[in-house]
Amino acid sequence: MDLYEELSKDYRFKEGLHTCINCGTCTAICPAAEFYRYDPRKIVNTVQSRDNAQIEALLRSETIWYCGECMSCLTRCPRKNGPGLVIMALRDLSVRLGYFTDSEKGRQMLPLTHAMTGNILNYGYCVHPKTFKWEDHQESGPVWKWHTEHLEKSMERLGANYMGEGPGVLRKIPQESLDDLKAIFDVTGGTERIALVEEYSRKKAQEMGMTIEEYERYAFEHCSDEHFND
Amino acid sequence: MIYEGKQKIWSDYQKEIPDDHWYFVRSCIRQNFFPASERMFTEITRNRLGKDIYENPYHTTCGGIAYHCDTIPQETVMTIVARQFALMTEAGYENYVASCITSFGNYAEILETWREFPELEARIRENLWKACKKEFNKPKNLAHTSDLIYHWREKIAELGKFRLVDKETGEPLRIVEHIGCHYAKMFPHKAVGGAEYPYVLAGMVESWGGQVVDYPERRHCCGYGFRQYHVKANRGYSVSNTHKKFESMEPFHPDAIITNCPGCPYFLDRWQYVIAEQTGKTYGRNGFGIPVFTYEEIAGLILGYDPWDLGLQLHQVAVEPFLDKIGIEYDPKAKYLGLNKEDIMRPELPTSLKCF
Repeated sequence: MDLYEELSKDYRFKEGLHTCINCGTCTAICPAAEFYRYDPRKIVNTVQSRDNAQIEALLRSETIWYCGECMSCLTRCPRKNGPGLVIMALRDLSVRLGYFTDSEKGRQMLPLTHAMTGNILNYGYCVHPKTFKWEDHQESGPVWKWHTEHLEKSMERLGANYMGEGPGVLRKIPQESLDDLKAIFDVTGGTERIALVEEYSRKKAQEMGMTIEEYERYAFEHCSDEHFND
Repeated sequence: MIYEGKQKIWSDYQKEIPDDHWYFVRSCIRQNFFPASERMFTEITRNRLGKDIYENPYHTTCGGIAYHCDTIPQETVMTIVARQFALMTEAGYENYVASCITSFGNYAEILETWREFPELEARIRENLWKACKKEFNKPKNLAHTSDLIYHWREKIAELGKFRLVDKETGEPLRIVEHIGCHYAKMFPHKAVGGAEYPYVLAGMVESWGGQVVDYPERRHCCGYGFRQYHVKANRGYSVSNTHKKFESMEPFHPDAIITNCPGCPYFLDRWQYVIAEQTGKTYGRNGFGIPVFTYEEIAGLILGYDPWDLGLQLHQVAVEPFLDKIGIEYDPKAKYLGLNKEDIMRPELPTSLKCF
């Protein structure tokens, strides 16, 4: 497969890469480049080389998962490139080809997919109190622990319509709307994408000698030292 | 440069914001973390300013966070958004206001992509018909809720009981404004002031009597980074970015931070707690942090709403020193009470960060 050609079909790629001049402005402004061993200039340069082997190595690497998609690069690029958009296309292709399971950060696709798509399809939100557990978010502080322990009462005090009918904050999304979301996922490849991530992750979990539950938890929690700048 | 030339350049950075009749969609993050803020948006705009802000309970997430966590294909997020537009069309509105910056950026990105690639828009229309039997018009105007509060900022100041002024010295309070990255960095022409001079929050601060603090990392990301927060293993990225911002603003001694993005006030508030607990360092005076507010919370304080009706009890950084500076009265004993003063206990106090 010609990977550059495949990337070129992605609208984000069409928008995000129009000949990079390698100035490095994106790397200078990038919050991820300061924290991780990450250099968007090099990534874009590798991609525009059209070297299939190098692009495949990139799709299997940790590097493409370091970006936070803040899109600061898009504002500052003198050629109106968007390395962040190129990253989105690379991640999409890495998932479609199953290469994402070759990297520790790529394997995070399983817990992320379950969390995000689960919230959307079950509740109609990307984030929802029923799944945003204090135990997994202790940085949210004692105030959040208290809030979640008294969720209904606290939400009532704050004027929310938590899980209620009609409009308002954190209302229950009507079943008809959830059915629409499910149909959209089915028609547009969202459902297929979930199955793909699960299938590749299952294979990798087997290879790593883990149950799928152990694999998912490990991907969510484990962080090696190799990712960081000195 | 001659004055007319300057005016012409500045006019390029302005945004047309219709004065009324908005179709309103909510934010996933704000509903979770700042529920009273979203409620306050409709309270202020409908009940205090008399504006038509319509909410259809059948609307859902725009899918933006899932999209930026790379968990759903582009056509999926586009079709979810097309459905949102279809609900707006059915309701007879043309002005679309989103309460979330990720959503705002998502809508802007999708409209721009469709403009450039009409064949993609046609495919999304087919997808939506196949999935939901719906059709849509694109909004004539797209705004973020902070654009509307900015648009009505002088009216809010007129109605206000308080100003962002130190009651002892009469000096303007020093306010850091933090704009969410996806407000102006992707499509500057959709933002008040563009990416170079984003004025949406600075305008509110100035109209309400405060002084905007400039500092080196003013435009640095709060550190959300989507997957860099939602996956536990990545959160070092998130706190490191917040840390960088606070180290940069510390020498300028801000009294408070105002934000327009759903995630930013959460991260700038909670990571101060984590930094304090891990290192003992606090950025406010006397062991307190620097309080971080949404623009509706500040607008609500200016208008004289009870701080606990605004949900300020859900902040981890204590807001009381800021309220005291302005002279806003509050009942400390009522802070953590439920509806009708029901006792629902109270949170434990952090070890290092001073709180009430």
